[in-house]
Amino acid sequence: MTTTTAKSKVLPPPTERYSLLGWLHKNLFSTWYNALLTLFAAWLTYAMLKPTLTWIFGEARWDVISANLKLFMIGRYPIEQEWRVWAALFLLTWVIGLSWGSWVKKFELSGLVLLLIPVFMALLPFSMDDRLKILGLSVFSLIGYVIAKSQPATFSKVSIFAWLLYFPVGLLIIRGLTGDEGFFPVVDTQLWGGLMLTVLLSVLGIMFSFPIGVSLALGRQSKLPIISWISIGFIETIRGVPLITILFMMDLMLPLFLPSEIRIESIIRALVGITFFSAAYMAENVRGGLQSIPRGQHEASHALGLSGFQTMAFIIMPQALRAVIPILVSQFIGLLKDTTLVMILSLFDILGIGKAVLGNPDYIGTSREVYLFIAAVFWILSYGMSYASQRLETALGLGER
Amino acid sequence: MSKKLFPIVALLMVLALVFGSLPVAAGNAAQEAGYGATLATVQERGYVICGGNASVPGFGFLDEAGDYQGFDIDFCKAVAAAVFGDAEAYEIRPLSSQERFSALQSGEIDVLIRNTTWTLTRDTEVGANFVHTTFYDGQGFIVRKADGINTLEDMDGGTVCVQTGTTTEANLADTFAARGISYEPVVYEDVETGWTTYEEGRCDSYTTDKSGLVARQTLLSVPEDHMILDETISKEPLGPVVRHGDDQWFDIVQWTVFATFFAEEHGITSENAADMMAATTNPREMSFFGAEGDLGVKLGLSNDWAYNIVSLVGNYAEIYNRNLGPDTATYIPRGLNSLYTDGGLLYAPPFR
Repeated sequence: MTTTTAKSKVLPPPTERYSLLGWLHKNLFSTWYNALLTLFAAWLTYAMLKPTLTWIFGEARWDVISANLKLFMIGRYPIEQEWRVWAALFLLTWVIGLSWGSWVKKFELSGLVLLLIPVFMALLPFSMDDRLKILGLSVFSLIGYVIAKSQPATFSKVSIFAWLLYFPVGLLIIRGLTGDEGFFPVVDTQLWGGLMLTVLLSVLGIMFSFPIGVSLALGRQSKLPIISWISIGFIETIRGVPLITILFMMDLMLPLFLPSEIRIESIIRALVGITFFSAAYMAENVRGGLQSIPRGQHEASHALGLSGFQTMAFIIMPQALRAVIPILVSQFIGLLKDTTLVMILSLFDILGIGKAVLGNPDYIGTSREVYLFIAAVFWILSYGMSYASQRLETALGLGER
Repeated sequence: MSKKLFPIVALLMVLALVFGSLPVAAGNAAQEAGYGATLATVQERGYVICGGNASVPGFGFLDEAGDYQGFDIDFCKAVAAAVFGDAEAYEIRPLSSQERFSALQSGEIDVLIRNTTWTLTRDTEVGANFVHTTFYDGQGFIVRKADGINTLEDMDGGTVCVQTGTTTEANLADTFAARGISYEPVVYEDVETGWTTYEEGRCDSYTTDKSGLVARQTLLSVPEDHMILDETISKEPLGPVVRHGDDQWFDIVQWTVFATFFAEEHGITSENAADMMAATTNPREMSFFGAEGDLGVKLGLSNDWAYNIVSLVGNYAEIYNRNLGPDTATYIPRGLNSLYTDGGLLYAPPFR
């Protein structure tokens, strides 16, 4: 760290340039056996892709997805209240637009791509009503972007508040105020489902488990025996048990301990289970980051007169977290996929909805279509997270010295 | 720093003690499902919670609008109609076959209606009480005609697809062991995966209740290439289940089932129920409708409980035909599930 040279003096290694033919020759047909292997691989790819593609574009019954799209997206959420989910989505895109406009200084191609995704989606065979709503996502983010661009300095602060406020407000919109009647009736969380539930559980799980995980990591390193014992006990107990067991405990054991009048909503049980599970793993990941920070950093910050808290908050933790970004993102992707286990709490996440749809006599025998669709959704979400983390790593200059 | 933290640690310890003692104090109430407790809880809550199945064609599934449909679901609706006079006052908790009894015992659900087979062990040790059977079933095998399998003995050394955690799996093992037939089970968690595997030829036979075989055969890509063996290796009486200890609730669910039988015996349907109630002079029907006597009150319900069941959900034939009748994709001939007058096993005790 102490011998960093100025970046401008470092020249990148020379890049090789080839024509298309040259590239082909170097990479695919450099020797006779490589040429044979290339041809064989090309044949194999064709042989595998052809039936797959004919099935996807010809034989597959995609009507099982389009007819049940509402179920896959929001589960059993009442259809007449569906606009509230859209409202929450519009608000989200607006906040994204706002922070993009105020934080990202120069033009970014990826921003344009993000903006165009809804436009392309609107080309798919949805109903006109749905297409307008999807286009609305782009419109709202553009509005946020334009507003923020007018006065980036003010709106950079506003957007932080907007993010902090977004989750409670968004949840309130989806859940509703008290009462069964009126403009904002409460929608029982038992009815939430589909992709909405999957995303909600993973985002909230990540948000809650992060502070708990960091506290546990610090607690485990604490010199106070009780705090460190509690932290170790929590981490080792939760890590020693599979997630499915924790969820079973939440589902079946909790009612034994609580009086029968008290029923905790399944979604809360799932969230608590997932959060605890994730927090225990997060604690160990963060501890790994903390241990990678050399002792000298502590000593130097003490020498500068920083208190213990200041040292942790401004010197150690930022470096430690930066070092463990890749592993944290891996964990978040794992968490996203782990949310499918909430099926045992009788919650219909997107996989649960898929199974329930397969029980409909009209769609028997469409399991390939359903599972392929669900796999595609998970791939998009996971890759999105992975891509975002790569951008973050580049922005923070991770992996460079 | 450590001095500042001491009060916090002390506070945490006190809190832990307080919370630790709370569940012990309150925990005893949940398990004593004594006489009348379930009905009181259900009425206070405002809806019945049924443990159900969300992925068995014909018995329980989600339609496009996100509503539950199916034979088992309709009996849940019937219980809701009997208790509240509202067939929509119910909630389904979809359960897997492994967790269904734990959910019943822990009080998570009021009644389990999830094609569950009545066995002695379940009736005693598992703490479940089976009310009258709503669907008589038996385990069979489907095979490919081309394989030339006509009896179970022909299957020696073959592979059989079976759903795990069910009586089906145990029956298969028992029967084949008793007859000395060697086989390799290929187990699956959910029905659809098992069927896909069978269709892809990765097992020689698929075994499940015959109702499931009949219903699903029509949906195989070439139904004529497959046949169901004549042999039935087990009895599978499927019906609603309640917890041990609350006889009133048991009676309510039991007589809800009988009410659907009675209505079919007497030709009362959801359409003509109101007319028949006004016109009937048959004393049994009059007490069924609550026009005479207080049968409903004896169950702890209102006197029009049976009328509500029939008018809101229908009689047994209506429920059967709606979900498993000739017009559905999951058609199963009624067979044993006919009235005793038609050679079946459905027989309602007198309503008096």
